[in-house]
Amino acid sequence: MDPTTLVSKDRLYPVYVWQLPVRFYHWINALSIVVLAITGYVIGDPPAIQSATEAAFSYWFGTIRIIHFIAAYVFFFNFIIRIYWGFAGNRFADWRNFIPYTKKHWSDMWDVVKVDIFQVVSKENPRLGHNALASFTYFLTFLAFLVQVLTGFGLYSAMSASWLASLFTWVPPLFGGDLTLRYIHHLFMWFFILFAVVHVYLVFYHDYIERNGVTSSMIGGWKFQEEGKVEGEKELEK
Amino acid sequence: MSKKQKTYYEMAMEKGYSRRDFMKFSAMMAALLGLESSSIGQVAKALETKTRIPVIWLHGQECTCCSESFIRSSHPLVADILLDKISLDYTETLMAPAGHQAEKSLQDTITNYKGKYVLAVEGSIPVNNNGIYCCIGGKTFEQIVEEAAKDAYAVLAWGNCASAGCVQAAKPNPTGATPIYKMISGKPIINVQGCPPIAEVMAGVLVHILTFGSIPELDRLRRPKAFYSRRVHDTCYRRPNFDAGLFVQSFDDENAKRGFCLYKMGCKGPVTYNACGVMEWNNGTSFPIKSGHPCIGCSEAGFWDNGPFYRHLSDFPGFGIESTADKVGLGLGIVTGVGLTAHAITTNVRKRKLIQKDKRQPKTEKSNES
Repeated sequence: MDPTTLVSKDRLYPVYVWQLPVRFYHWINALSIVVLAITGYVIGDPPAIQSATEAAFSYWFGTIRIIHFIAAYVFFFNFIIRIYWGFAGNRFADWRNFIPYTKKHWSDMWDVVKVDIFQVVSKENPRLGHNALASFTYFLTFLAFLVQVLTGFGLYSAMSASWLASLFTWVPPLFGGDLTLRYIHHLFMWFFILFAVVHVYLVFYHDYIERNGVTSSMIGGWKFQEEGKVEGEKELEK
Repeated sequence: MSKKQKTYYEMAMEKGYSRRDFMKFSAMMAALLGLESSSIGQVAKALETKTRIPVIWLHGQECTCCSESFIRSSHPLVADILLDKISLDYTETLMAPAGHQAEKSLQDTITNYKGKYVLAVEGSIPVNNNGIYCCIGGKTFEQIVEEAAKDAYAVLAWGNCASAGCVQAAKPNPTGATPIYKMISGKPIINVQGCPPIAEVMAGVLVHILTFGSIPELDRLRRPKAFYSRRVHDTCYRRPNFDAGLFVQSFDDENAKRGFCLYKMGCKGPVTYNACGVMEWNNGTSFPIKSGHPCIGCSEAGFWDNGPFYRHLSDFPGFGIESTADKVGLGLGIVTGVGLTAHAITTNVRKRKLIQKDKRQPKTEKSNES
């Protein structure tokens, strides 16, 4: 493999890729998932504290649970807003990015697999927004969001009188009961943990390899692409 | 046998109960059904004026714990009036006739009370190998239930066997044990869940049908809402310990003596819908959690397969016993970590060449320009 084929970037062209709502969505989502995973794990397997105290003087487990429920609401509405933005946002935020319904998308995905796993240098110009594999992975995480929302609110519907929770009362019978529901909910937590590990690693990796500022792009919104190679460059100049 | 039907009240008087006993029973039933105190009169009136509901009580694949529970109902009137003397036209466990006479009384009830009798089924229906695993009088249980259900007013599925298959339906379910609702259609089916159900709940469902002449309000799993709308957890007297994070760690620790929450001992109360915490068992004496044992979720479908009983998180299938989702998840996490580390190392080996090349590059460019 000839290392010189790695992209050498002499002149970089900044492109405003992530609009403010996308960035807000990303960080609110990240924060709520971290909170949900931690509190969720504690709810599933609480530390037992040897204590001679009376129950009346403590409420820490109840507090953990309320934090979990509030974070769940934040997560849910944040995701709703992101779905809206998939229709209202720029072309990088568009919902069509996430569903691989074209041959091109699948071949692009294969290309990313070659770069990421086989570490073969791609001749293709990487996509400026989400790369093809990432966007498909996000589509899978959206499905996981859906599972967590359904199972989570399904469980919550038994202890809440709110209209939103009561929209999910049909979920437990579908899965045969709360026990199965809780199990699925717990299992998918691990999907999120593993996703987060790989996601963060790959962001660093791509930033390192492609040098397009992908890490900072989720803060500032700008990515960098070589001049003349910017996807849809002419449109952007208008 | 006289044709004149007696009312429940008349039966009670004959048995030597006082009016006071009778009113207490009516009040208790009204309370159990979750009715207002003004409805006690309605219950009493129904019991005074209405004649018995004919009941056919069939036993399939089961252990008869539902019947055992029912005859231990806290108020003697339940056993005496609803079950022992009056209502059961056919039940294998308790009926007087045997053999052809018994089969005849079953057929008589079906023909004489067409569309009026209540069919109570205790036990699941085996369907594998044409249902040979449970045959009575030369018929499979499936045939018997289908025949009896055809003209019934409603079908009561007593207990977890009839509602969800219970232990017979646990993996690998060799007999193909099937709950009633999957076999019978076109009739109202009431799942009275539990292994066994609480006696007062069973009586309450019958009294509701008698009092109002209608099926009680059911949830999506066909369970009467009056008894199954809340989790054991919601009515548990140890709940404050749950919210305070005070948990029993082992059955012999200090926390167990203090009566802390049994959540970490695998208590299924938070996922189990039943009235144990309110009604309790054996004349309201106790219920499992009160006795220091976690709820095993006996009124939930598939509770045998969602084991173990003494751990909160179920086994993860396919990885042997004692493997939870957490262990599998942690294993995957370690594999991922190792994979990413290896990846990072190879990336850096390759990247070094690139960095060196880049360092050289300005020089090359200058030499080109000059």
